Amino acid sequence: MKKIAAIITAVVMLASPFVVNASPQQDLKDFRSFFKKKFPDTPMNDFINGVYSVHKASREQWEAFEEFPSYEIYVDKGEALFNNTKFKNGKGFKNCFPRAKRGIKGNYPYFDTKKGKVVTLEGTINKCITSNGSKKWGWKKGKMAHLSAYLSYKTRGQTIKVKTPKGKKAVAAYNRGKAHFYAKRGQLNMSCADCHYYYSGNKIRADILSPAIGHVSHFPVYRNKWAKKTGDGMGTLHRRYGGCNKQVRARPFKAQSAEYSALEYFHTYMSNGLKWNGPGQRK
Amino acid sequence: MRLSARIVNTAASVAVLIGCLSLAAPAVSVAGAVEDGKKIAFSKKKGNCLACHAIKGGKLPGNIGPPLVAMKARFPVKNDLKKQITDARVKNKHSIMPPFGPHQILKSGEIDKVVEFIYTL
Ligand code: HEC
Ligand code: HEC
Repeated sequence: MKKIAAIITAVVMLASPFVVNASPQQDLKDFRSFFKKKFPDTPMNDFINGVYSVHKASREQWEAFEEFPSYEIYVDKGEALFNNTKFKNGKGFKNCFPRAKRGIKGNYPYFDTKKGKVVTLEGTINKCITSNGSKKWGWKKGKMAHLSAYLSYKTRGQTIKVKTPKGKKAVAAYNRGKAHFYAKRGQLNMSCADCHYYYSGNKIRADILSPAIGHVSHFPVYRNKWAKKTGDGMGTLHRRYGGCNKQVRARPFKAQSAEYSALEYFHTYMSNGLKWNGPGQRK
Repeated sequence: MRLSARIVNTAASVAVLIGCLSLAAPAVSVAGAVEDGKKIAFSKKKGNCLACHAIKGGKLPGNIGPPLVAMKARFPVKNDLKKQITDARVKNKHSIMPPFGPHQILKSGEIDKVVEFIYTL
């Protein structure tokens, strides 16, 4: 992957088949009904199970994995980080997230009107660390993914309910994420929508493409592929975004960049009404 | 779509070999072009056509695009096939199929070889 010579950065914004000016509410309605029609046998909330919601054959094997999930020890590590981390000034995560044990993942992402930007869980974790005088963590894996896994685990079963974007700036951020989702990019000229909307359920080589609805529900995720190097397969949603951008030979954006945060904002809003079920386990 | 480093390396050295051979023997036979075309079409680093199309002789094909069969019947004019492989957007503006020519995924000589191979299907 690293040696891809011709990484094309230009994004071709062809007149895409989506309606640019539809309201977020209308988008959400259309998104849901599209997948309902495409996969009539899948109950709406089952889309939180990703590719396994549309592919019976691989589901059994996955369910067997889920009985002794590989992410479990990382949820425990995350819990220890939550309880035991002491910042430079003596404070800990409890001071930033007093309600963590009741599940706070569902508060993110949201648009902060004062700051004029999308706020994510991972962003808030690092904010907590730095505002208490300690050094911030890496964004995509390791401790960040472990703590995020623990906080997600505590949120299991709650409903995804991102507030409908209101106001010029919030709508602009939403539209930026939406544009990213539908834009063709990279040397191979493919959009997220090509693989996870129009052709979801199809096979790309031996991989079944998961539907985009429900995608965000189970992050961070333990991937066998990510575990190959160090044994620790946990990674955040933005780590996955980068991987999917690279697959089409596009230069990935930075994790927690405004671009990926906007994408997460749109992507999560499109799963409103489904349940949080992180962390997840994937190939 | 995922490239394992080893496969990439092998594919790259195969490509280099092909390059040297065609330098040494400028008159590439049609049979040679078909063979080369097949390698380019199947290589993950090059055409990777199997990501989306079932093709005779290829393993674990995807099913995003139609199986590539009966090509002479589908494309009585060979040049139309070349146009499709060069830039699928000409026929379908929103095609998921990569624009192999305009995005320089394949060189024009490589596309010619792929066309020779696909036309035998
Ligand atoms: C060339 C095809 C392709 C493109 C384009 C693509 N992906 Fe993926 N993506 C995959 C494959 C293959 C997988 C692994 C199988 C699966 O779960 O769908 C995957 C997995 C994912 C997952 C994990 C799903 C899960 O349940 O854990 C997310 C999230 C995701 N992609 C988001 C995106 C986003 C956002 C974009 C655009 C920035 C994108 N993808 C572009 C092929 C693609
Ligand atoms: C990411 C998916 C994808 C890849 C990779 C891909 N194709 Fe396609 N191809 C399609 C789709 C989808 C169609 C159907 C027409 C359309 O939507 O543009 C198609 C159509 C075609 C057709 C026309 C078939 C017909 O009977 O009309 C040919 C020929 C073809 N592809 C050849 C190739 C070759 C050769 C390669 C590799 C060098 C390739 N494709 C790579 C997705 C792909």
